[in-house]
Amino acid sequence: MLSIQNLHANVDDKHILKGLNLEIKPGEVHAIMGPNGSGKSTLGHVLSGRDGYEVTDGAVQFLEKDLLEMETEERAREGLFLAFQYPVEIPGVSNMEFLKASVDAVRAHRGEDALDSVAFMKKAREFCKAVDLNQDFLKRGVNEGFSGGEKKRNEIMQMMLLQPRLAILDETDSGLDIDALQVVAEGVNSLRAADRSFIVVTHYQRLLNYIQPDYVHVLAGGKIVKSGGKELALELEEKGYGWLENEVA
Amino acid sequence: MLDIQQTLIDDEAGPSWLADFQTANNNLWSSQNWPTRKTESWKYTSLKAIETGGYRPRSAINSGSDQAQANGAVSGSVIESVIASSRIEGLETIDVVFVNGAFSPSLSSVDTLPSGVELCLFSQANSQQQADIREHLGSVAKAEQHVFVALNGGQLKDGVFVKVQKNTVVDNPVRVLWITTQQKQSLALAQRLLVVVEEGAKASIVEQFVSSEEEQNCFTHGVTELVLQDNSKLFHYRLHQEQEKTALVSGVHAKLLRSATLESFYLAFGGTIKRLDVVVDHQGQGAHCEMNGVYLPRNSQHVDFHTCIEHAVPHCTTNEVFRGIIGDSAKAVFNGRIHIHKDAQKTLAQLSNKNLLTSNKAEIDTKPELEIYADDVQCAHGATVAQLDEMSLHYLRTRGVSTEEAKVMLSFGFINALVDQVHHQAIANYLRPILANLFAQDPELMRHIA
Ligand SMILES: Nc1ncnc2c1ncn2[C@@H]1O[C@H](COP(=O)(O)OP(=O)(O)OP(=O)(O)O)[C@@H](O)[C@H]1O
Ligand SMILES: [Mg+2]
Repeated sequence: MLSIQNLHANVDDKHILKGLNLEIKPGEVHAIMGPNGSGKSTLGHVLSGRDGYEVTDGAVQFLEKDLLEMETEERAREGLFLAFQYPVEIPGVSNMEFLKASVDAVRAHRGEDALDSVAFMKKAREFCKAVDLNQDFLKRGVNEGFSGGEKKRNEIMQMMLLQPRLAILDETDSGLDIDALQVVAEGVNSLRAADRSFIVVTHYQRLLNYIQPDYVHVLAGGKIVKSGGKELALELEEKGYGWLENEVA
Repeated sequence: MLDIQQTLIDDEAGPSWLADFQTANNNLWSSQNWPTRKTESWKYTSLKAIETGGYRPRSAINSGSDQAQANGAVSGSVIESVIASSRIEGLETIDVVFVNGAFSPSLSSVDTLPSGVELCLFSQANSQQQADIREHLGSVAKAEQHVFVALNGGQLKDGVFVKVQKNTVVDNPVRVLWITTQQKQSLALAQRLLVVVEEGAKASIVEQFVSSEEEQNCFTHGVTELVLQDNSKLFHYRLHQEQEKTALVSGVHAKLLRSATLESFYLAFGGTIKRLDVVVDHQGQGAHCEMNGVYLPRNSQHVDFHTCIEHAVPHCTTNEVFRGIIGDSAKAVFNGRIHIHKDAQKTLAQLSNKNLLTSNKAEIDTKPELEIYADDVQCAHGATVAQLDEMSLHYLRTRGVSTEEAKVMLSFGFINALVDQVHHQAIANYLRPILANLFAQDPELMRHIA
């Protein structure tokens, strides 16, 4: 599904990712944990192709294709989805128009027929309900005035609409109340499938009780310094990251 | 007085009961200097297009051999298509329609008015209305401060008077539709509107300026005066949708008495020259002004907004937001002045002006002017020139939206954020597709917006 080899990346000439390796097979859920500022969001941005995130070395294949050669929108149409740590507010562009543009672009790329507006609305309403977002949110500006938790639920709702092959969830659990956490986790679990994979970036072991990962990685100092099963998350919760310092250096 | 000032003077007399008003304005017109680029408020807007445009009042043409041509009948189908494209679906309006400066009874719908609403042409005013007009005309727009107000006052042959009587709530807006079409001879036209909203009344006015699609050669100088008496509320829309060769210098001057609320929205495409002076005078405590506006000049168009909010008394609020998208080699000027007089304690005033330049030849001169002479006030004032937000663009692209479409959506959204706030939904719905059209040549790129 995704294969990252020796990835180095700069942001504003600052070296952030320093030789990151990661292999993700279809159907797997990988959790990435790690200290603040270690490069977790940077990895998401680099994979999504954000301007200003310069790859200086390494390679990434997504579904056997060279990911780094693709434009951001091509990556999305190929099935890569990034749920943002800080979803962007875009007043003046309605959520509905935005989602329709998005779904149309992705479906056209897959050679599927465009959804008519009735069919689209039906799906949009269904997924709003699934993440417990009031339908009125569809009429509002993209994320405009949404609370932190509503923004996160909106990200999951978009993921459900787009049915990606690989979803990267960047701290989707941060700022969620317990009920919302469960709603989000159920959303993710409902999409789990043999041909779909997830990268779940989180600071809290709690989320992993709801979304059971196959692997847990620690990202520190711009690379993966430790990998293990889901018990690693428990160990991290207990001991923090200090004991891994040797490996960081 | 310069030649150009002389040539814009109309010899034909207006209503006799306005003769002294006209004389006073004419005197101010002749005694004031024609603005040049050295005049502070005209620093960034040249009047050359008016100086060289050969615009003449209709009477000057009528008296010559060009009379027949200048009066040439306007083709019905041209007017029909202008009427159709200016129709605001879903909004029932009381229409007052002018075609090339002349009132059109057949296109208007003023025969039956809601109770509590008076509407008349100056030329048809009864004696009570004449008295009302004389009381208010020129009381808000100051001819000694605005040379084009003096021109308009001196030249006006007619105008529209609207009075909304005490405690009357009118749902249907009065729409003043100002249509111009291509003329054989370049015409100078005087447009005038006087609105009095009496105590406790609530009303809406839509001023819509449109033209046929051919190249325009009319110069409209206009003055709108809005008098909002105690506790009244007025929604005021000004939509400038004319073809790009239009020349226009126009002013909206509002006076707000105690606890009056003015909610206004401006839209302006660019013209050869398009200058709008908007003056709001808070004269009564507790008055509130909500003003949003958008301007979208393209090609080599020019648009200039000079807004000035006077806070003369305590406890008034102003919330003003203007946004512009300037494309190609167009030029926009925005000068936003807020003047808080020394007695205007507890004023809350905010002004924001944001501009997007979509070409490196596009130009904006934006200047906030904040003058505060009171100490207990809250003011915020900002002007920016920006590119499309990089993060928003990225966000849309991560959802598969193409870069081109994302840019169109964001440009539209930048303007639509203000259209969304328009009180009359029908007007917002009318404007969205018109705006969407501006940002995308390719219909594929605008199919998800509006
Ligand atoms: N535009 C930038 N210019 C310079 N440094 C940047 C820029 N963006 C990010 N960084 C730095 O890159 C490092 C990695 O940031 P990143 O957001 O990837 O961390 P993170 O692991 O997601 O942290 P958190 O857990 O707090 O979300 C940080 O030190 C951050 O300050
Ligand atoms: Mg992060």
